[in-house]
Amino acid sequence: MSSIKIELRQQDVDKINEICDSFNNDPVELINVLHKTQEHFGYLPAEVQEVIADKMNIATARVYGVVTFYSFFTMTPKGKHPISICMGTACYVRGAEKVLDEFKKELAIQVGQTTGDGKFSLSSLRCVGACGLAPVVLVGDKTYGRVAPDDVKAILKEYE
Amino acid sequence: MHLLVCGGTGCRASESSLIVENLKRELEEKGLAGEVQVIMTGCFGFCEKGPVVKVMPDNTFYVQVKPEDAPVIVAGHVIKGRPVQRLLYVDPKSREHIADSKHMGFYRKQIRIALRNCGFINPENIDEYIARDGYAALGKCLSELKPSDVVDIVKKSGLRGRGGAGFPTGLKWEIASKNQADQKYVVCNADEGDPGAFMDRSVLEGDPHSVLEAMAICGYAIGASKGLIYIRAEYPLAIQRLKVAIGQAREYGLLGNNIFETDFSFDIEMRYGAGAFVCGEETALIHSMEGARGEPTNKPPFPAESGFMGKPSNVNNVETFASVPVIITKGWEWFSAIGTEKSKGTKVFALAGKINNVGLIEVPMGTTLREIIFEIGGGIKNGKKFKAVQTGGPSGGCLTEQHLDTPIDFDNLVAVGSMMGSGGMIVMDEDDCMVSIAKFFLEFTVEESCGKCAPCRIGNKRIHELLTHITKGNGTMADLDRLKNMCNVIKDTSLCGLGQTSPNPVLSTMANFMDEYVAHVTDKRCPAGSCRDLMKYSIILDKCVGCTACARGCPVNAITGERKGPHFIDQEKCIKCGACFEKCKFGAVLIN
Repeated sequence: MSSIKIELRQQDVDKINEICDSFNNDPVELINVLHKTQEHFGYLPAEVQEVIADKMNIATARVYGVVTFYSFFTMTPKGKHPISICMGTACYVRGAEKVLDEFKKELAIQVGQTTGDGKFSLSSLRCVGACGLAPVVLVGDKTYGRVAPDDVKAILKEYE
Repeated sequence: MHLLVCGGTGCRASESSLIVENLKRELEEKGLAGEVQVIMTGCFGFCEKGPVVKVMPDNTFYVQVKPEDAPVIVAGHVIKGRPVQRLLYVDPKSREHIADSKHMGFYRKQIRIALRNCGFINPENIDEYIARDGYAALGKCLSELKPSDVVDIVKKSGLRGRGGAGFPTGLKWEIASKNQADQKYVVCNADEGDPGAFMDRSVLEGDPHSVLEAMAICGYAIGASKGLIYIRAEYPLAIQRLKVAIGQAREYGLLGNNIFETDFSFDIEMRYGAGAFVCGEETALIHSMEGARGEPTNKPPFPAESGFMGKPSNVNNVETFASVPVIITKGWEWFSAIGTEKSKGTKVFALAGKINNVGLIEVPMGTTLREIIFEIGGGIKNGKKFKAVQTGGPSGGCLTEQHLDTPIDFDNLVAVGSMMGSGGMIVMDEDDCMVSIAKFFLEFTVEESCGKCAPCRIGNKRIHELLTHITKGNGTMADLDRLKNMCNVIKDTSLCGLGQTSPNPVLSTMANFMDEYVAHVTDKRCPAGSCRDLMKYSIILDKCVGCTACARGCPVNAITGERKGPHFIDQEKCIKCGACFEKCKFGAVLIN
């Protein structure tokens, strides 16, 4: 399922079980369980999904099906500073694509990838609703508005 | 005196929380903290000029306020009573400073029903909602009206679903009320997935109680005791404010058992989405709430018969709910007097793109695009020429100059090849290539298609490939026919609303901008000058001084020439990256 193999520690397994228990191991709550688990681990690798499936007594395929269906869930770890470029229509017509290209060039990664040092990851998202500030870039929780391709270097520098 | 500071997502991104902090500190220092209140409200709508600060009761409207402006607002306005001129809105035409928002072009034509409390109240304080007649409608329903009367009022008001398709809300409630079951559900669809639409988010952030109240009213009308709000996880602020609001309503006995000491009980839970556009479709939404993949299923059975956990469920959108309490208090006659013959009331639009006043507006149905774009929106940015406006998001279409005077309502928009959708309105100017715009929307659909039915899963991918082909200059006239044909097949054979409407951006741009498509395939030219692969870079020999900057900057060594001599671009090698254009200090590189 995923190229990264990880070894779960007992305390991680305990944490997952605790989350499942808090939702009564009810399969209807699967998405809530996944939200909580991703909040804790930062991502949802295959090994974590197996523990969830086991605990909730559902097929691993069902968990995997849900994880891969929703774009909010990810099976690869994000960088220390996740960068998201809004590709909503408002940002797009105000030049978001050029900004995205500049980030790709500067970081030498594609959308969905993380830099080798684990510092930055790049993703595009659909509309954060701050269309007045288009084009919008998010780094972690910080929002940058009216970003031009020339601003990209300066933004990255803030996190060096 | 009150200082209202906008706490919508846009203004918060521009540090409006810091403005609140600074204002409070400044007032504290001047010993005025007891007399002047600083309140963080929901969205004012005028996002272009944010962050917005409004001084009440004199109604002074400050725009583009910075945290460091707090001292001058307190010293100048609060203490001396003199409005700070430099922070007032300047009318772009008359150059006059306007203090009262009522006189601004942006607000003059608006009627605010769904947004009535946004920007007026502190969304995290239930008392402020109650002070503006909040929960009076619920009280009226429980004490004076029978459930069937409530359904009747909503039916007569002519309210139609604001989520996209415009299904009559009263009729939906009636169907749900007639289905017998031990448990029914009221579902609020807050999975606002249209890129460029943020009306639902603004209502939830600015006035969460209006949605809770309306859900309880709906519960009473259809006989449900449980409400569910399905909200996107991407809206953390709205989620937090809803949680606060639900907690306060429970504390006040407005949610829970025996509301207003009657035997009506109703409570609300939240369910979270996880980023899937298709979950805006009601059957997909219900599957997602049940913890499964959000794939749509065939209707019938409609959710009103068999919805969440197989029980009758009534699904309405946020804006629809937000309109309900006012209809109950002011009467259906009042509501149905606003709007057009078949579309009553108002509609909230998120105005964005190449327009001067980006923001959230609410206008009566029947307002024309011209009024919205040129009066409220203040016209096109940088004095460019208007080209098109895209309504209805990825399911809608592009409208052009000839549609500017069409009164907007559900039916008129469909008649001209677009749709209301949730109310996103993206304005485009002469620099936007319509083929690229269609490609952009298809990229979205391809990514968001759930993959269940073949026409949508495979067909949209093929359409996207064809559009890419065309924007790279490899298309033929036969491709255009194939494109149209495929669009019609997808429209006719897809399972759900997403697939059935996904070709709309292509069909509407083909209908209105066929000449642009033809230019791409026959002349290999992009009239808007936006498709990179169709651009041609050349060097104007008269202007070239032979500095070699372009040749050194070219990543593929496509530029040749002697030092201090004229340079040439080898078109075969050129990858059209634009590096030479950026490097040249003499304006000698020409883009064609």
